[in-house]
Amino acid sequence: MRAEGYTKRRQPLGDWEIEIETYQAGDVFYCTINNVDPGARFARAEGATREEAESKALEKAEKYIKQTRRFTTT
Amino acid sequence: MADVLVSTDWVAQHAKDANVGVVEVDVDTAAYDQGHVPGAVGWNWTTELCDTLVRDIIPLKKLEELLGKSGVDNNTTIVLYGDNNNWFAAWAFWQLKMYGHKDVRIMDGGRKKWLAESRELSTERPTLAAKTYTASAPDVSLRAFLPDVQQASAQKKAALVDVRSPAEFTGEILAPPGLPETCQRGGHIPGAKSIPWGKNCNDDGTFKSVDDLKKLYADQGIKGDAPIIAYCRIGERSSLTWFVLKHLLGFQNVKNYDGSWTEWGNLVGAPVEKP
Repeated sequence: MRAEGYTKRRQPLGDWEIEIETYQAGDVFYCTINNVDPGARFARAEGATREEAESKALEKAEKYIKQTRRFTTT
Repeated sequence: MADVLVSTDWVAQHAKDANVGVVEVDVDTAAYDQGHVPGAVGWNWTTELCDTLVRDIIPLKKLEELLGKSGVDNNTTIVLYGDNNNWFAAWAFWQLKMYGHKDVRIMDGGRKKWLAESRELSTERPTLAAKTYTASAPDVSLRAFLPDVQQASAQKKAALVDVRSPAEFTGEILAPPGLPETCQRGGHIPGAKSIPWGKNCNDDGTFKSVDDLKKLYADQGIKGDAPIIAYCRIGERSSLTWFVLKHLLGFQNVKNYDGSWTEWGNLVGAPVEKP
C-alpha cells in the first residue's frame, strides 16, 4: 500500500490560515488540518471519498477554532 | 547535512537492516495505525515517552523496557520520524540523548515527506525479537529546570528562546486551537526571544540548510557563544529547536526546558512579559 494523491493547500478559516493535507491509503481517504501559524495538526478525519474526509475534518477544525479564546495583549 | 539526519531515500533502503530500528512518534497517536514505514515500530508519546504518574521524562527502567521490546540494543541505529514536521520524533531524540544512546537520527521531512513521495506504507506491527538495553543515567546538562530558567531570566545568564507561535508569545492565545489550554496566564518569560519552531523547516517538512538556520538565529543574537534554553508549551516543539541548535548547528550549551509555558504560566507570582 502507498499513499496516493497526496495534496495540500492553504486557505483561511475564520481569522486563521489553515493547511489541509489529504491522501488516500487503500480504500480510505485521510485528511488532516494544521493551523499554519502555531503549526499544529488539530483536526483529522477519514472518509470514503476525498470530499467526505475534508468536509469532516473542516467541521472539527471550525469547532476548535471557535473554542479558542483570544485575549487582549495590552 | 549532519549525520543525525537521514533522508527518506536512506530509510527506504535501510529500514530493514539488522542494526537499524525505525520508530514513528506522532502527535496524532492514531496516525501510525493508518500506515507507517514498513518495519517501523510506533511509540505513543502520551503513555510510552513519559512518566505517567509524575510529570517527568520517561524513567530509566521504562526506557530500557521500551527499547528492548522495540528490538533496540545499545548498538542499534535508531531512526525517528513523525507527523507535524517531527515534533515528537525530536522529543524522543532528546530523551534518547539524555539517556546516552549514541546513534540516533531523524528522518528529514518526517511522515509528511514519506506520504508526499507516495512511498510504501504498512499497517502491520512488526514482530521483533526482544533485546536487552542498558541506559546511562540521564544527562541533565541537556535539560533546563525551573531554577535554571528563573536564573536565566533574572540574570540574563542564558538566551531564552520561545519557539511557540507569535500569538502564544504575546499572550493573545494560551495554546494553539484544539490543544488543551493548560495555563493560567498568557505571555512569555521576561527576556525571551520569539523564534517560532516552524522557521526551522521548509514547506516539505525538511530542515532548512545550516546556513539558513545560522542566519535565522544570528539575526536574533543567538550565535552559540552563550548558553541557550529553548521552551514552548510542554517541551516538544522546543525539543525540535533544541535538536537544531545542538545537533545541526553544533552549539555546545543548549538545554530544553520541558516544563515550558505549562509550568511557568501557572506559577503564582512568576513574572510575565506581554506582548
